[in-house]
Amino acid sequence: MGHGVERDGVTMLSFQDVSFRYDGDTSYVLDALSFHVAPGEFVSVIGPSGCGKSTIFRLVNQLLPRESGTICVGGLPIDGRRGYCGYMPQRDLLFPWRTVADNLRLPMEIQGGYSRAEMQARVEETLRHVGLAGWGDKRPDALSGGMRQRAAFARTLLTGSELLLLDEPFSALDFLTRITMQEWLLGQWERDHKTVLFITHDVEEAIFLSSRVLVVERTPIRQLRSFDVPAPYPRTRACLTRPDMLALRESLIALLRQEVTG
Amino acid sequence: MRKNANLPALLLLFGLLLFWQAAAMGMDAAYILPSPTQILVRMWELRVPLLTAHLPATLLCTGIGLAISVVLGLLLAVLMDASPVAEKMLYPLIVASQTIPTTALAPLFVLWFGYTIWSKVLVTVLITFFPIAITVFDGFRSVQTDMIDMLKTFGAGRRAIFCKLKLPAALPYFFSAIKMAIPLSIIGAAIGEWLGAQSGLGYFSRRMMTQLDGAGVFAPIVLLSAVAMLAVAVVSWIEKKVLTWRGSL
Repeated sequence: MGHGVERDGVTMLSFQDVSFRYDGDTSYVLDALSFHVAPGEFVSVIGPSGCGKSTIFRLVNQLLPRESGTICVGGLPIDGRRGYCGYMPQRDLLFPWRTVADNLRLPMEIQGGYSRAEMQARVEETLRHVGLAGWGDKRPDALSGGMRQRAAFARTLLTGSELLLLDEPFSALDFLTRITMQEWLLGQWERDHKTVLFITHDVEEAIFLSSRVLVVERTPIRQLRSFDVPAPYPRTRACLTRPDMLALRESLIALLRQEVTG
Repeated sequence: MRKNANLPALLLLFGLLLFWQAAAMGMDAAYILPSPTQILVRMWELRVPLLTAHLPATLLCTGIGLAISVVLGLLLAVLMDASPVAEKMLYPLIVASQTIPTTALAPLFVLWFGYTIWSKVLVTVLITFFPIAITVFDGFRSVQTDMIDMLKTFGAGRRAIFCKLKLPAALPYFFSAIKMAIPLSIIGAAIGEWLGAQSGLGYFSRRMMTQLDGAGVFAPIVLLSAVAMLAVAVVSWIEKKVLTWRGSL
């Protein structure tokens, strides 16, 4: 499945001694943090709220400036580059004045260099791909929560990036929609072989989806503890009841709880 | 269903008009309180000068004033959005200037520009320009930062963020500003005309007052109100056509 290519020299994303603190703060959020994500991996980052998980994303997509260290995507430093990662925020952020198809066109419009016909074709294809064929000319408010998130994921795919940063994309959905979307996302990933970095605070979601889980142990973040998820792909929810998966789940919860209680 | 929703208001309006009619008939002093029917009759009698000379003059003032205000207001809003320095300089002044009773300055403009159209246009501009600038600027600021962030991750620069996000997001604010500015601009023009003009509905109203023609004072005012309502209705109609997504933000 190509998920065993970790640490073979090729990395999709690498942090090398990255430090960051907010303007005026004395304490760091990230302190000389290093970690790597291999191409094609599905990696979840878990940790309690406010621990700095999202800060890692905002450093990758350069919405925040790091103080020191190197971040590489696809082996090249990110500095001065644009559009090297697709970012999917927690809320779908679909523009209400655009139709679903026009929303999906947005990344291509901004990157430029696509003809109208090309954009149209890629949008149609991606809509089919995410199971929203025929919904392109609807307004976002005509879609259900799960459909909106699929549209937002489609928009992220249309950035054309190999690295997808998904920031708690399903946390606002109801339980049944959420687990449906998790299975759907796995299907998408198994088909596309994109590299996914997935932030969540839901341990079960993390181990169901990912090949590897990175745990934020404490702030400032000096290291991410890495746990390989034993279940092979393709997965069904039944894999969550495997003894080794249950054991992993329990140890992750214990670890996180230890952080919360100090 | 919408007709039903308006029914109570219409009933009240009709009741008030009835009361007015009765009071005016009881008082029987048309030079002080003309009755609604007397005003309607007078409007009909005066239809030729009102519609051919004075309404066009007022509409011209209002139109020019409003056009200048929209252009200036938008420019200022865009400038404040583009430059934090401009915002820091202009925004407090604009907000503070809202407390100045602009209409009280109108005589000054008549002093400067005489009885020409420009004294009226200036009053109109000063009344309407600030609300437009502030409202549209608030529209630009209403944009959620995470939407801006998302566009940045797509590689968007300031221009793309402005065109793809801020402009469409501010459109409802723009329409609100226009709807607010229309009656204000008509008030501005009428006040200007009242103070010094050779034509216009404000001027006409004042002339009728010097002649103790109560119904003649009211006639242009009724016409002004009707024009303002019609203009706002037209803008609302356009707004509905353009902003099909409004309310889903």
